[in-house]
Amino acid sequence: MAEFWNGYLLPGILILAQILVLVVPLLLAVAYLTLMERKVLAAMQLRMGPNVVGPFGLFQPWADAVKLMFKEPILPTGANKVVFVIAPMITFILALIAWAVIPLGTGLVIANINVGILYLFAISSLGVYGIIMAGWASNSRYAFLGALRSSAQMVSYEVSMGFVIITVLLLVGSLNLGHIVEAQHGGFWKWHWVPLFPMFIVFFISALAETNRHPFDLPEAEAELVAGYQVEYSSMSFALFFLGEYANMILMSAMTAILFMGGWLPPFEFGPTAGVLGALWGFFWFFLKIFVLLFVFIWIRATLPRYRYDQLMRIGWKVFLPLSLIYLVIVAGFVTYWPR
Amino acid sequence: MIVQAIAFYLFAAVTVGSAFLVITAKNPVHSVLFLILAFFNAAALFVLMGAEFIAMILVIVYVGAVAVLFLFVVMMLDINFVELRQGFQQYLPFGLLIGAILLVELILILAGSIAAPDALAPAASPAPSLDQVTNTHALGAVLYTKYIYLFQGAGLVLLVAMIGAIVLTHRKREGVKKQDSFAQFARRREEAVELKKVEPGQGIQ
Repeated sequence: MAEFWNGYLLPGILILAQILVLVVPLLLAVAYLTLMERKVLAAMQLRMGPNVVGPFGLFQPWADAVKLMFKEPILPTGANKVVFVIAPMITFILALIAWAVIPLGTGLVIANINVGILYLFAISSLGVYGIIMAGWASNSRYAFLGALRSSAQMVSYEVSMGFVIITVLLLVGSLNLGHIVEAQHGGFWKWHWVPLFPMFIVFFISALAETNRHPFDLPEAEAELVAGYQVEYSSMSFALFFLGEYANMILMSAMTAILFMGGWLPPFEFGPTAGVLGALWGFFWFFLKIFVLLFVFIWIRATLPRYRYDQLMRIGWKVFLPLSLIYLVIVAGFVTYWPR
Repeated sequence: MIVQAIAFYLFAAVTVGSAFLVITAKNPVHSVLFLILAFFNAAALFVLMGAEFIAMILVIVYVGAVAVLFLFVVMMLDINFVELRQGFQQYLPFGLLIGAILLVELILILAGSIAAPDALAPAASPAPSLDQVTNTHALGAVLYTKYIYLFQGAGLVLLVAMIGAIVLTHRKREGVKKQDSFAQFARRREEAVELKKVEPGQGIQ
């Protein structure tokens, strides 16, 4: 009995607690990201934004959540029922399980696996299934068109994203996310965005395309596809898509921060490095970087018009792919002949 | 250990079950979805064996890219399910033949390992311990040294296949307007816009 308790039950409870400690703040962050998006967009368009529910509209996400929960879930008659119900779950679950490998500080990670970055890449490449299943199961033209666009777009941009990740790996020599951050030690000019600046830009734009955000939000272009793959969804199944999309935004920002902006490392070598204070100091910088990147996500939405579909494909295949391939060769040459 | 055993039987059972459903499902889209489930559980089995790199590559390549294209094609095809069922008896002998060949090969490998243990020596050559070397390093150290020519050869085969596919399917269509971005970027203001001074009441000639 004691063996069972110490060997399985205790570690199991510990892991569950870690997951809860990570996921609950993450969902809160997702809820408030929706509010931040509306507030920032409003400020950029000289409006007030949500300001009725609570002080400065701070309770707006809760009001939205309650509203969505009490709405009627609709199953279209022509829909493929099982796939229709599973699709939003897949989107949401994939957006959450990726966080298992994101390190929040030195050793502060749920699963410290050796192939962390490959795991992230694999999970983000699975994100397309939620969308394509939703589009097909809805049995609707608009939803299907949105799903087709989305899958083509995500498959295309994954390719250049993979090459960008390889350039980072060449500099680090490890697939472990913790090692990738540690390799950028020593101030912000040691972060990877300096030697890999073009790749940093390519990665961020690809992240926009992977998360179906503006200006690449063709899968849900409301003007032509009336919200694409989400069109038949209502109530909580719609909310799951919505939450998944925003959780993916935070995930992509965290990935960019880890790969190119030194993760939890401060821009100058100051502040505590060990103990609880060091962890909090690391949290602060990591969250600040994610916050800045999320702000850029929203800023881009407020600024840029939507791309045309052929332009989107041209940029992915004819610009980003050759550019990242050439840069990969250059970085490989530098690493071989001028080892750090 | 018992957790690993339970996990193994769970993943293995789901793999076999979903593989069975791939061939029995009525709807081809469901078949592809079950195929994805089978891939995914196979990746989980690799993780259980400690082959994390191969597991992730399996998910990225097969689930993330190949199966998406499968799904894409199957969804776009207008498939007549009744017609699909009718060919069943016609193709049954071929299916049985292929299955029998695979079974014989598997038995041969198993029998070979029992009858001639020396023949399997290269496969059982000592792998570096997982504590000292990560999967990725171990694979790279073998793939890029001992098998470099085979590896490059495989890459070349894939390249030829890719170019062949493009050559076979690409066609130049006449009378279609295409965007020439270089021509667009090469346009200067002087050749595109002309500023004219217009006298009142006269207009432009």
